[in-house]
This record gives sequence, structure tokens and C-alpha cells, in this order.
Amino acid sequence: MGIGIRIENLRKVYDTPPPSAARGAGFSFMAQRSTGPKEKKEKKKKFEVVALDGISLEMRPGEVFGLLGPNGAGKSTTIGVLTTRTRPTSGRAFIGEFDVWKEQVKAKRLIGVVPQRPNLDFALTAREVLLFHGAYFGQSSREREHRTQTLLEQFKLTERADDMVRNFSGGMMQRISIARAMMHDPQVLFLDEPSAGLDPQTRLLLWDIVRDYNRLGKTIVLTTHDMGEADSLCHRLAIIDHGRIISQGTPRELKASIPGGYLLRLRFDHAPEELLAALRSLPGVTEVRSADHIAADVYADRGGPLISGIVTAAQAAQAELRDVHIAEPSLETLFLHHTGRSLRD
Amino acid sequence: MNWKTFYALLSRDGHVARRNLLPMLLQNLLQPLLLTFVFGRILTAGGMMQAGYKTVLLPGVMAISMVLSGVQAVAMPLITEFQFTREIEDRLLAPMEIGWLAVEKIAAGMVQALVAGLVVIPAAWLTMGSGVHFHFRPVEFAVICLLVAMFSAAGGLALGCSVGPTQIGLMFSLVLAPMMMFGCAYYPWSFLSKFPVLQYAVLINPLVYASEGLRGTLTESDHINTMVVIAALAAINIILLVVGLKKFHSKAVS
Repeated sequence: MGIGIRIENLRKVYDTPPPSAARGAGFSFMAQRSTGPKEKKEKKKKFEVVALDGISLEMRPGEVFGLLGPNGAGKSTTIGVLTTRTRPTSGRAFIGEFDVWKEQVKAKRLIGVVPQRPNLDFALTAREVLLFHGAYFGQSSREREHRTQTLLEQFKLTERADDMVRNFSGGMMQRISIARAMMHDPQVLFLDEPSAGLDPQTRLLLWDIVRDYNRLGKTIVLTTHDMGEADSLCHRLAIIDHGRIISQGTPRELKASIPGGYLLRLRFDHAPEELLAALRSLPGVTEVRSADHIAADVYADRGGPLISGIVTAAQAAQAELRDVHIAEPSLETLFLHHTGRSLRD
Repeated sequence: MNWKTFYALLSRDGHVARRNLLPMLLQNLLQPLLLTFVFGRILTAGGMMQAGYKTVLLPGVMAISMVLSGVQAVAMPLITEFQFTREIEDRLLAPMEIGWLAVEKIAAGMVQALVAGLVVIPAAWLTMGSGVHFHFRPVEFAVICLLVAMFSAAGGLALGCSVGPTQIGLMFSLVLAPMMMFGCAYYPWSFLSKFPVLQYAVLINPLVYASEGLRGTLTESDHINTMVVIAALAAINIILLVVGLKKFHSKAVS
């Protein structure tokens, strides 16, 4: 039995600068002054940043849900509210049946949190971090010992278990953070940009761990600005920008919503004008750009089905098709499509 | 209220404190003890100070040690834990109302203040050699000790949640140093009668009540009435607790 999450019309306005990196490093959203002229006059000198601007979301029990957006979009603030660490200005959020602001303790029992940047207790060793975390959640000492041992092994930290965590490398800190979040076997696991700063190998290890944990029926919420991660890990996604939800659905649904999202990169021995004209007239093609008289980029609403038409057109123009590459619609193009800017901007 | 969690948090602080026991004791006790040696032994032996000064000095040194220990035991970790690494976050996510974490910090700070105070009595007595005249009133002494420990820990909470890591030096020179000098630790409050404005101004300094209270319950030297001291310490405790908890909340939740 998984636990779902519901967010209703959530707003968060910071009236003091949020503590830098309070929720981790990249806590640097764009300042959005309130726009009403009257309002503006009244609060001229007041610091005001709208981090969340009326977000409503539903995350289903047992799914991996991704919040995707650039730095400062409001992802971490959303996680902050859901994990009781940020007070919402208005709106409500529920973990299962519990209002996260009004029933904090009950909500806290259900969640595990992996912060954007490791916030480990530097006064402790890796083993103690896990043991004390288990104790905070009321685990018996036998249960604690057993679970600590299992997690240390799973995360390949057994050898360094009795070293102070302050001497750990970034990747090891991240691993112990995740182990800590799983220590009390939470029903919902929050990961705030879990793979930022990890090498590709550790990132794959992390993805496996997340998938395995999800298979146990746990709900997983992660934020990322990595399209590949969102695509390969998440069942459903919401794209956030400037504190608003721009779009949501499965990765496939989202990608399908881009008009003419496919890009076919073609190379010929030569590409005469009549060939380009023939390509333009193929069904579903929105644009053809040629370069150097040998290459053509075809933007279309389909990929593979166009190939036979392209081959026929090439034969008719007595040109030889030498290379084809089909780029599927990506979340990157989707984000570009919805916001007019790239995720990395 | 979740006692299991509270106890686990307390044992975490106990564990860390035990690990740092020696440096902590040196940090909090060495300076007062050196001072005791200079004023209570060298200067009295040379005749520059009267022998009776030892009896005046010992309760004051004890008050300073307790207050420094309590304030630092709570404030210093909080300052570190609330800065960008947010080490405290894990404990804020423990299944308990976050206000209780502040209460737990105060409880742990009180224990450290009491330990420091109780270590100082024999240590200072040994440093000064003979000549301290005790007049012990156990019940009042215990009450004063608890109140002093609590105000130092609550004060540590308020300071720790108001001061940033870059202002620690400033905290010592602007808050703690004047507090120690005008805390009636090195002289009884009645000695300030020649400086009437100062005599009443120092009454906002909680260390005055700590020194005078310990002086009154540990020795027979001149001191402010113990009941007045208890009332003042209780009032200071309430104020610092309210301020500290409020600051803690605003620091803990964004």
C-alpha cells in the first residue's frame, strides 16, 4: 500500500531572503516582484520573491514522480513544503491523509529526504549517522544495528563505516545521505537533485537503488534538471518554471505534445534543390534545412515512417542516401517549446 | 511529544559531548582557573589582595564557568549546524515537533553547565590553596544552580539562533566579555555602590544574579538577597526561553 501526495494551490512567497542554500546549493530563483501597480506601490521596499505561484499536483501511490525545471523554478521549495521544512504562504499539501503543515509529526514519519547537498551530522561517523537516525524514529537497538549493517553494505560503505563523515568525498556523502533517508523505511522518498555532482557510474548505482526501492511499492519524488534522468527514471513528470506548472504527464505524453518534435538528420552524396522540395512535400514535415548541398535536417511530426518516402525521393533525384539519424522528441525540446528557453539557461 | 525521539536526540548530544569532553573542559575551565590562580593565589599570597578575597572569588568563577559552558554548549553547535551545511536538518525531520529539539538542546546545555560548575568548585579550591570559607545551603544552592544552568543554555539558544558563523568573534567581545566583567563575578555587587549608575545598570546582566546567588548559597560573603536572585533568574529564564524558541523556529523553518 503506497502513499500518495496531493498539493492544492500551493503558494510560497519569501519576504526575507531565504537562507542561502537552506535547502541545498542551487537555491537561487529569479526574483519576481508582484506585478499589480497598486500592490507594487504599497510594498515598494519590501523584499518579495514568489517561489511557488499556485501549484496543484497529484502524485500517485507507488509512482516515481519527477519535478523538472531549471534552477530557481520552485522545485526545491515544493520539496521543502512537502517535507515540513518550508511554511507555505497559502494552499495545502498532503502526504497520504496528513496535512504536512498541520500534522507535521505524522507526515514526518512517512517521509525520507535526500537533500540537494548532503547535510550529514558532521559530529558523527557514517555508522552513527544511520544508528542515530534510526533511534530518532524509535527503532529498537537490534533493528537499528541490523538495518545499518544492511544499508552500509548495499551502499558499499562498510569499509569506511567508522570514519567521521566530515572526511568523506562528495559521492560518499551523497550515498550515506540516501542510506540515511531509507533507514526508517519511509513510504515516500524525496530526492532533491540526487545525481548532481555524481560521476556517471555512481549515478547509475543511484538509479538502480531508486528503482529497487520503488519496486517495494514506495512513492518517489525527485527533482532534476537532467532530461535523461527524468526520462529514464520517472513514471510521470511535472515541468515547473517560475513557480508554475507548465505541463505534466508521462514522459511519452509530454514528448508527444511537441508539434513536429522529430528531427531527421540526413546525409546524401549530393542534395539538389528538387530533392529538398520533395522532402518538404512529404507528409508531416514542417521544415527542411539544408547545409553544404549534402546534408538536410528534416523537422517532422514522425520519424521512422518517413524513411521510405525519403529513400524514394532520393532515388527520384538520383541522389544517394548515406546516413540517417532520427532524434526523438526530447524533454529538452519540450522545455524549450514551452518556455522559450533551454533548461540550462 | 515523543519521548523516544527526545531521548535519542539527547543521547546523540551526550555522545558528541563525551567525544569532545577534554577539549570542552579545557576551553571552558582553563581560563577561569588561571584567573583564579593569579587573583586567588599569587595576589593574595603576595599581600596585594586580602585573604578573604578567595571566598568572594570562588562562587564568581563557578558562575562564569557555568554560564560560559552552557552558552557555548548550545550556541556553538547551533551556529555551525544552521549554517550552509544545515547539519541540523536530519534532526528537524525527526518525528517530533521541532520546538522540542530546542528544548532538548537546552536540556543538554544544562547538563554541561552543571558539570562545568561542579568541576570548578574542587578545581578552584585546589588552585587557591586553603582559605576559602564555605557556608553551604544545599537546597537553595541546587535551585540556583539549576536556574543558572537553564539561563545559560536558553541564552545559548537565543544567541546561537541570532549569530552567524562570521560573528562568533564579535559575540565574544561584545556580549560575553562585558557580561563577565560586569557580572559581579570578581567582586560582590555591593562593591559597586561607589558607581551608582553602574550598580543599577549591571542588574540587566544575568551573570550578576548567578554570581550573587552562588555567593549567597555557597559562602557567607556579601550578596544580594537569595530570594531576589531566584526571582530575577526565573524571570530571565522565561524571557530567554521565549526569545530563544521564537528565534529557533524562525531559523528552522523557511
